[in-house]
Amino acid sequence: MYVSSIRSTDPAPPAGRAKHAVPATVVGLGVVSLITDMSAEMVTAVLPLYLVYGLGVGYLQLGAIDGLYTGATALLRLAGGYFADRLGRPKAVALVGYGLSAATKLAFPAAGSSLGAIGLVIGADRAGKGIRTAPRDAMITLATPADGLGRAFGVHRAMDTAGALLGPIIAFGLLTLLVGDYPAVFGVSFCLAVIAVIVLAVFVRAPAGTVGRSRVRLREGFALLRQPGLRGTCLAAASLGVCTIGDMFLFVGVQRSAGLPPGALPLLPLATALVFMALASPIGRLADRAGRWKVFLAGHVVLLAAYVVLAASASGWLVAAVVLAAHGAFYACTDGVLMAHASPLVPESLRATGLALVQTGQSLARAAGAVLFGALAAATALRPAFAIFAVVLLVSVLAGTRVK
Amino acid sequence: MRRTWLGIAAVVVTVVAGAVFVGLRTGDAVEEQRLDLARGGLLSVDESGRVRQDDRVGPSCQRVDVAAGTLACLRATAVPDQAELVVTKPGAEPRLISEWGMPSRVRVSPSGRLVGWTVFRTGDSYLGGVGTFSTTAGIFDLDTGNHFGSLEDFALTVDGKPYPAKDLNYWGVTFARDDLTFYATARSAGGTWLVRGDLRGRTLTALRRNVECPSLSPNGTRIAYKFREGDRWRLHVLSLADDRDVPLADPAHLDDQPQWLDDRTVAYGRDKAIYSVPADGTGAPVLVRPAASSPAVVR
Repeated sequence: MYVSSIRSTDPAPPAGRAKHAVPATVVGLGVVSLITDMSAEMVTAVLPLYLVYGLGVGYLQLGAIDGLYTGATALLRLAGGYFADRLGRPKAVALVGYGLSAATKLAFPAAGSSLGAIGLVIGADRAGKGIRTAPRDAMITLATPADGLGRAFGVHRAMDTAGALLGPIIAFGLLTLLVGDYPAVFGVSFCLAVIAVIVLAVFVRAPAGTVGRSRVRLREGFALLRQPGLRGTCLAAASLGVCTIGDMFLFVGVQRSAGLPPGALPLLPLATALVFMALASPIGRLADRAGRWKVFLAGHVVLLAAYVVLAASASGWLVAAVVLAAHGAFYACTDGVLMAHASPLVPESLRATGLALVQTGQSLARAAGAVLFGALAAATALRPAFAIFAVVLLVSVLAGTRVK
Repeated sequence: MRRTWLGIAAVVVTVVAGAVFVGLRTGDAVEEQRLDLARGGLLSVDESGRVRQDDRVGPSCQRVDVAAGTLACLRATAVPDQAELVVTKPGAEPRLISEWGMPSRVRVSPSGRLVGWTVFRTGDSYLGGVGTFSTTAGIFDLDTGNHFGSLEDFALTVDGKPYPAKDLNYWGVTFARDDLTFYATARSAGGTWLVRGDLRGRTLTALRRNVECPSLSPNGTRIAYKFREGDRWRLHVLSLADDRDVPLADPAHLDDQPQWLDDRTVAYGRDKAIYSVPADGTGAPVLVRPAASSPAVVR
């Protein structure tokens, strides 16, 4: 099996503790993600209120706007990866994505109350997100020595999640301070997005490992999937993804089976995010030492345990805390760790394309899993659905152990 | 090196610009004034999200209603996904009820004793992805302090049989004069009903299909409501005595719980303005107040 060996051109680190220091590029990208996520989540949090009370658009039509873009985002993620490799300039492609999303923050007030225009703006924002993801992750892999990838991704994801947690708090704080002044929220969100673009453009160095223009052809990108290692990873990640139930259902399950007051539901995602944020970096380090694929599978075992607890319908705050901690740990074991596992399987010249393939397969599979679970839960009930998904996830994990 | 300084300068300029932008918008916050809830007149919510009575500026609310001196104000708070209901009654401490979700509807009973509210919540549904929503409606009794949790805890009867469904949503409470009877909309399995509720027995009875956001006339004989045709709503008025149903004279799509100005006229919010239209299906819509929503009548 052919695996390109990565020799990062970073000078050899001095012996001692600094050996695993996270490269400046990764910290820089972490800062960019933190600020961008603050900006993006500010808008996501206030959008329903803005549509209904800022614009007088009915809630009924909100559904028509949202959920249109999953497929489009997947395609753009692949396109962003491909162009980053084709031009040999992941930073430039990432900048286009970040810039596009920043511009949409100003477009919201300009779109007025036309639903079509708002739909376009949301679509452009998602497009920016799709375009930038793979080049950004490719930059992380190109800047980091091979044995520190897990930790580098962990640090990046922790910063990213911190931004996502802060966004809604800033947005609602502003709305209260300025009594329903939505343009102020979009304005602040735009300023944050612009700062992130400046930080990326000026302070984040394109990694030294970046290869020059390599005339990558589309065919070569898909030929990646003929490599047993990457193909196995893609298939296993996708089949595990189909066996996950979707976050919202897990939160509803926790709230119901643990008998929490309905008012606790919006707080549950915060608990997951906090655990993810705290564990991302240490679990990334663990993955570097113990083996990334093992940790990736272990994350799904932890999630499986959470499903079993929910199916058993144990109740109480303690159970809710255990399930949410497991859910956060699952993210810490799977999100960046999968990228860290996949990147050595992809030659540098195709790095962004390869990572985009893995990410896209996984996210489409997870979306499908949520739909399947929803249908199952509607046909039976919540508890049996958890039990069934625990079984199929176990089968998937066992199948996944064959991936080396 | 020069590039670094340019970068720092650009970040500083952006931060300052943002701070100035926000600062300029904080300058014109108006002090809250006392509203006169004894005399007649129309309350509404203006474009900046404040309650208005002629030239007086009241509290900040997304939805407002008033009856017999009791003012109910439903608004989003500084906590994400958290709504609060503030109820002020002359001679009593303001009451504050927290509900998670997004403000949707609020009504005070004619006597000023009961308050009913509706909030949107996302993510309760098993099927349908982002953008599907559910609603939760509740009632609070100011005299006894009774909190009639959510209407989902009431027993619903449809066609004479108990209807214990998991996918029930309720919204748009409106009260009768006796402080026991109320009406609301129930939704289950893709259809909606007008339901009549009884606070004593905590029961609900389905009366008629395709009635949303009911609003009982001051004399208690008719209900103005939203009738759904495809993806659009039109106001209708239903006579409770003989089931006579007439569409009102505004064909434009709207999404509001109507409010009776008197026993002959219905007001409602549409396209960021308040209109009124005769309740018998004749005439044409009249602009009552531009740049406003959530009409409420002081009586």
